[in-house]
Order: sequence, then C-alpha cells, then structure tokens
Amino acid sequence: MTTPAVDGSTELLRAHLGFVRVLRAAGVPADPSRGRAFLAALAELGAPDEPAGPASTYWAGRLTLCSQADDLPRYDAAFSAWYSGTTKRQQGPAPTEIPTPSLKASLTGSAPKAQADDRPPEELTTAASANEVLRHKDFSELSPVEREHVRALLAGLRYRPATRRAVRRRRSARGPVDPRATVRTMLRAGGELVRPVHHRRAQRPRRLVLLIDVSGSMSPYADSLLRFAHVLTCAAPATVETFTLGTRLTRLTRAMRHRDPDVALRAVAAAVPDYAGGTRLGETLKVFLDRWGQRGLARGAVVVVFSDGWERGDARLLGEQVARLSRLARAVVWSNPHAGRAGYAPVQSGIVAALPALHRLLSGHSLVALEELVEVVADA
Amino acid sequence: MATALRSVGYLPDEGVATAAYLAMAMARPLFCEGEPGTGKTALATALSEALGLPMVRLQCHEGIDASQALYDWDFPRQLLHLRAMESRGAATGGVDAAEGELYSERFLLARPLLQALRLAPCVLLVDEIDRADDEFEAFLLQVLSENRVSIPELGEIAADVPPLVVLTSNRTREVHDALKRRCLYHWVDHPDLEREVAIVRERLPQVSETLARQVAKATRALRSLDLLKPPGVAETLDWAQALHALGRTELDVESAAATMGAVLKYREDGDKIVQLGLDGILFR
Repeated sequence: MTTPAVDGSTELLRAHLGFVRVLRAAGVPADPSRGRAFLAALAELGAPDEPAGPASTYWAGRLTLCSQADDLPRYDAAFSAWYSGTTKRQQGPAPTEIPTPSLKASLTGSAPKAQADDRPPEELTTAASANEVLRHKDFSELSPVEREHVRALLAGLRYRPATRRAVRRRRSARGPVDPRATVRTMLRAGGELVRPVHHRRAQRPRRLVLLIDVSGSMSPYADSLLRFAHVLTCAAPATVETFTLGTRLTRLTRAMRHRDPDVALRAVAAAVPDYAGGTRLGETLKVFLDRWGQRGLARGAVVVVFSDGWERGDARLLGEQVARLSRLARAVVWSNPHAGRAGYAPVQSGIVAALPALHRLLSGHSLVALEELVEVVADA
Repeated sequence: MATALRSVGYLPDEGVATAAYLAMAMARPLFCEGEPGTGKTALATALSEALGLPMVRLQCHEGIDASQALYDWDFPRQLLHLRAMESRGAATGGVDAAEGELYSERFLLARPLLQALRLAPCVLLVDEIDRADDEFEAFLLQVLSENRVSIPELGEIAADVPPLVVLTSNRTREVHDALKRRCLYHWVDHPDLEREVAIVRERLPQVSETLARQVAKATRALRSLDLLKPPGVAETLDWAQALHALGRTELDVESAAATMGAVLKYREDGDKIVQLGLDGILFR
C-alpha cells in the first residue's frame, strides 16, 4: 500500500508526511501505518502528482489519521495551520517529544528523594510493628523515606473485584440443563442419552471507576491515591477505569495500564494538566457523566470518588450529579481523607450535598483505610 | 457516491460520502462513531440499497461469542438425522461417512459473519461494537482482516471479494486501537439545519415544509441546551411525525408540549425545558 513517489510529487509527498508529523506532535497518535493509509486515501481521491483539493485532503486525513472524537479538534487546528502555511515546515526530524510539565516531579516522587539527601538518613526498620504503624499513618504526614516504604506496601495490596452475573453460561455440576451441550454429548455417544449436562451463568468482574480529586487541598494524598489506582489497574486491567477531577476531567485509564509504576505515573503526570489547582467538583462530575458515565462506563459499576468535598462551585449541582451517578452505578463510595480524623463531621458543602446519594462514606487517608476500601468495593 | 446515496433517500454530507467512497476503494472497514440518532446504522442500510448489495447485520451485545456471530452446528437436527440413519439400519458407508454426513453444510447454522463471507460482495453491518467484550473485538479483527474462517469439520470458507464493512459505536466505551487502525474512522455529527430539513422532507413527504423547518430548528435549539439526552435526527423525525399525526401543519406551543415525549427521553430534560420556557426555545 505505498504511493508511488513520482519525481514531481516528491515535494508534495514530503509536505503530506510533514503534516502527519505535525499532527503527531499535536497529540494525535498517527502512527506510520496510518500515515500510509493517508497517502493511499489521497491517491484514491486524486492523481498523486496533482495536488488533491483541500476538501479531499481534509477528509482523507481525517478518516485515516484520527481514531477518536477527541482527535478531531486537534486535527482541525493542525490541518488549517499546516495547509495554510502558518506552521514553519521543518526540515529533518520533527520534535517527537511532547514537553513534560514540571509537575512530573511532584507525582513521580523524585522530589522527595532529593529532599532526603538534605536530611539526616532515617532509620527505617522493616519490622512488623513499624509496618503496622506505617499502615495507620496519614499519607499527608509521611516523611520521604516512609513514603517510599508505603509505596512498596501499596504494591502488595490485593484487589478482588466485585462480580456480576454474565450473559454467557458456563458448564457446571448443578443448575439448569444445557440442551445444546447435552445433545452434543448424545451425538458423541451415537445418539444414546448419557447424562444431562448442566450449565450456569458465569460470574464476571464488575467495572470499577476511580474518580480522584487532584485539587490543591488533596495534593498530599494525590500521589498515594494515584499509586493505589495503579495497583488496582494492574490487578484487573480490563475493568478498572481512572479519571482525575480538578478544574477539568482527565481520563487516565490508558496511562495507568503500564505495568511499571514509575512509567505509569510519569504518563499520568504528563496527562494531568490541572494538578494541585482548583476544584469544580460538580461541573467536572457532570462532564464525566455526560461523556462517559451515562454512555455506559458507570452503568452497573462500582464508583469510588476520592475527594475532601471542598466545593468551590455550586454545591447543589454537585448534589444533583452525585444523585445521577448513584442512579447509574451499582454503588457510589466516597473516600474522604479527612473522614479518618478524630472529630470529623461531614460539614463541607460538597459532602453535605453528596451524602444522601452515597452508598458509603469512607476515610482512605492511610493504607489501612485503603484496605478497608478495597473490601467495601469487593462486596458492593 | 453522494448521488448514489441520495437516490435511495440518504442525504450524506461530504464527509460521509468521502468515507463511504474510500471504504469501497481501499477495501477497509468503515468505523462510524457518533451520538445516538445521527444516522450511523442508516448509512449501512443506504449503502446496501444504493449499491444493490444484500446486507447482513450483526447486532453486538455483552457476552456475544463466536458461535453467535460466526457459525454453529444444529445439534438437534444432527441427532434426529442420526436416529433416522439408525432406524433405516443404514450404516452404508461406515462410521466415517456417517460422521461426514453429520458435519456437512446441511447442519451448519451460518451466523451473520459467515453469511457475509459467503454472500460477498455484500454490506456487513456490525452494529454497536462498543457493547461487545474486548475478546470479541479481537476475534472480529481476525475475521475482518483475513476475510476467511476455518471450520474444523468443513475446511476454510473465504470470501472472494471482501464485504463492505460498516462498524458503528455509540462510544459507551473505547474500542481497541488495533481494530480502529484497520478501519477508516468517521465521526458522524448531527446534520446542519438545511440537511436536517431535507432529511425530514425526504423521509416524511407528507409533513409540510413549514413544520419540517420549525421542528428541525427547535430540535437544534434543544441540542444546544446541555440536556441529558440531546435529541438526534431520529427524534426530529419522530416529532415531525407525531405533530403531523395530530393534524398540525405548523408548530405551536400547545402541541409541542403535548408531543415533547417524542423528543425528550428524560424527566429532568422535560422539567428543564418547562423551566426555561417552551416558546423561548421553540421560536428563537
């Protein structure tokens, strides 16, 4: 599927390939095979040595290079910039690296290491009792060394997804008779009735949706919670979905699927633009429900919201959206790090609005609290 | 292509026409994504009509598997046949022949994918692929890229001409990249006002021009209101038909309120419209 590079068209070919590079730099994952498809489509729509019309070029590219609705605005912008000539056409290799935001350090944990060098080295015994203390310690009060240790403990967390009945049936010792399989065994036995085969509905893991608030007030917990999300994603990659809530909604599921926690968290850092910013919980939750939740992601799923419930926007909107979420989901669990503190009362406007629609309100500020959360999720 | 589609009553914009043309020319499946009610499924139907090809439809659902999509054996009939052979006392050709007879074409139940491979050239509609499981996507990928299946008892069945495949998705979940990479991707948007009016006129010639225009305009206004379920083209058509059934030739607030159920499918949305004032929205 290659387009003949006729002499007159080489220049043109280069221009089209340049567009693919620019598009890739703009964040549309257009790999070489898509690039080839683009050239093939162009060839179908016009003679290769003659410039195809702008409309044909536009559609040829859009149909072959994009793969999701989110790509379209980027595509439109890159297209008009490139083909109207405002982008400087670079010779030689195009920049492929997207600059990583500086917040990377705060998420991946390289900063705490740097700090650790300044401090006198702490003695951390790995005795069971020390572990026990650590497991109960609030994430926001951890020293850098302890943080490293908690990460290791987090990685050992066991996640057992809740289950739901599947459509498919599975062979079973008891249960209703499976006519199809029974007749099949009869056939094998030459038409004699041997014994009926039974079947039963299989169990499938229920989807788990994690919504993590990454606003400023949650930043002491964000790193641990994102790592927690990574541990769960590794345990059941196909059924765990992760989003961050802040001033906007970011889907992290894909980034979380890297097996290596550091690679995954780096990808997460690159994906989250509003780390430690403000919160508009109600609005971002609405975006989640409109774009993902109502279409099916939250349907019948267990949804966990990690947030302290500090709502700067309209608390009534948040209440409505949580109610909507709870109608879609199997269970909505709210994990509030402050709920673990002595004397906590759910008085923040956000929590008050959300409370009536919640399945459970949990703490989630320490390892033990997260373990409890995992239990609640498994039984939902 | 646009002319062919128009001749069977489907009014494509340039994107849809180009997509359909490229899918044919490049022999690639066409992956159509978009809001419900933008005419993704209708495109496949229109393509089959316009090209004069038979259409095979595979409706996906959770838990769909190969035996529902590809083929299965008709076990009860096989069993009956076996009994009949026994009672005739006819094991004429020995065990192997009897077995060969049992696993032959006559007892094969061809499901949509196999039907499509056999019927090709044809249009294969894989509807709502986002409802199927990941494993099914992988299975589909194999069938679509090779255009052949192998049935252990019968051998290979291959299509001489690959079927024209249209996959649709409502984006309830993300479809795997490996599948998308082999397809042309088209995001289907709501049509613009003129096209929507034309669609209503085309599908419901009995509806007056004025009513068609007013309904299309009002539906567009509703779409901009951030509803839980913004109405699609299908809803525009339903609404126009409902108003026509009530004997209306023009849109008025009273009959609009009475027929709201054809357009809005959530109580919250209805409440919101009433709150914002119906006439303000309908006659902007």
